[in-house]
Amino acid sequence: MSMLEIKDLKVNYGVIQAIKGINFSVNEGEIIALIGANGAGKTTILHTITGLITPSEGSVLFNGTDLTKIPAHKIVSMGMAHVPEGRRVFADMTVYQNLKLGAFTRTDKDEIQESLENVYERFPRLKERANQYAGTLSGGEQQMLAMGRALMSHPSIILMDEPSMGLSPILVNEIFDIIKSVNDSGTTVLLVEQNAKKALSIADRAYVLETGNITIEGAAEDLLSDDRIKKAYLGE
Amino acid sequence: MMNFLTYLINGISLGSIYAIIALGYTMVYGIAKMLNFAHGDVIMIGGYLIYIFASSLGLNPVLSIVIAMAGCTCLGIVTEKIAYKPLRNATSNLAVLITAIGVSYFLQNFALLVFGANPKAFTSVVSWEGISLAGDELKIQGVTIVTIVVSLIILLVLQLFINKTRSGQAMLAVSEDKGAATLMGIDVNKTISLTFAIGSGLAAIAGALLCSAYPTITPYTGAMPGIKAFVAAVLGGIGSIPGAMIGGLLLGVVEILSKRYISTQLADAIVFGILIIILLVKPTGLLGKNIQEKV
Repeated sequence: MSMLEIKDLKVNYGVIQAIKGINFSVNEGEIIALIGANGAGKTTILHTITGLITPSEGSVLFNGTDLTKIPAHKIVSMGMAHVPEGRRVFADMTVYQNLKLGAFTRTDKDEIQESLENVYERFPRLKERANQYAGTLSGGEQQMLAMGRALMSHPSIILMDEPSMGLSPILVNEIFDIIKSVNDSGTTVLLVEQNAKKALSIADRAYVLETGNITIEGAAEDLLSDDRIKKAYLGE
Repeated sequence: MMNFLTYLINGISLGSIYAIIALGYTMVYGIAKMLNFAHGDVIMIGGYLIYIFASSLGLNPVLSIVIAMAGCTCLGIVTEKIAYKPLRNATSNLAVLITAIGVSYFLQNFALLVFGANPKAFTSVVSWEGISLAGDELKIQGVTIVTIVVSLIILLVLQLFINKTRSGQAMLAVSEDKGAATLMGIDVNKTISLTFAIGSGLAAIAGALLCSAYPTITPYTGAMPGIKAFVAAVLGGIGSIPGAMIGGLLLGVVEILSKRYISTQLADAIVFGILIIILLVKPTGLLGKNIQEKV
């Protein structure tokens, strides 16, 4: 059984149908990439999975539980973390306070401390800036903070929405290396990206989303050499 | 000189009451992004509750305040649930604003129906007479001192609560970004309820102090202080807790000093005039943040 299974998902914004009945699955340990152009519905899908948007039809099964029937704030404690588009760190709070909020649903102080040390080890720059306000960090540091904050909930799956957005090429490489290493340490990753080339280079499998439908799916390596993908998303 | 000092201290005391009310305005605005215009009337309800228990039934004043706080806290939570929560996702912010004005009129008329329009004599909750300094030249009333001390304690406790507790951090997170807060596992509805509860509980304390300093109570007792406190919150930068405190103190001092040295009739005009000038110069208020969207 898949860890995460999306079945016949449809989402409406008023009269407009943004997601038109999609199916996909994520298995434990995988990196799954969801690629597509602006407005294809990628962010909508992630928001629906973590309960910020209610779908009109369909189900989101996470280890067998339908997340569409669970209040959004209870989902993180089930082992699913979401790094939202545009990072959305709490700008008026310190780096440390942001990270502590990531562990909001956890109660064991020793375990939280252990996670904090793990995050500091993965992102040494966050440790240096622990007492700085998150709003004063650079874009790349904010992305690291958003990822660190998500890791503080000790998730079994992490959803990442456009982690490379607005970052310099060097930072993009750094962020993707981190995603890979997060996955290597046992966390499943569902990655939404416009940077199709980078996303496919680290993903196991991928789905291509076009105006609310999944049009192509397959192993990431195959998609990298697929002519349709090359033409539309890789600029070759 | 001694007279001036007396007026200044009275101004600080009145300002402290405005500040306590303004804290409720500013916290609710920060978290629910709504202006709760019924907040002033919660003070009046708190005042009447203390009037019933302390002045009429002769209960211990402190116990009466505790009961009034509990009553106002419930009132705040229930109003939020019934009147404001269903409108939280309404397309227009005006809907909830108008509802708040409706709740304000409802509470005033409810009090009118139950207690009548005649002012009731309120027994001060502070029985201490106060102190005389400089050979009886400078007299400070007990209620004045208690008001100032209580407001300082409230500010301190609130700051500690927000910065040091889990619920306080949740409030900060919700005030910045409800969606991201939800992703952290924070129950946004519960956090908003808590904010209304705290704001309304503070309103009961403000009611006790206000009615003790000006010892009568009518159904409209809370209306004007409510508006002044709103001005104080905007003046200090709405959403900012220290801002509400500074705005409140400033307003109280200006009001009392202009009443004494300029004109009793013009005092309110001066107070609101200052609001207009400060907002022209610094639209976000004294301690308000410049809102900049990072793209």
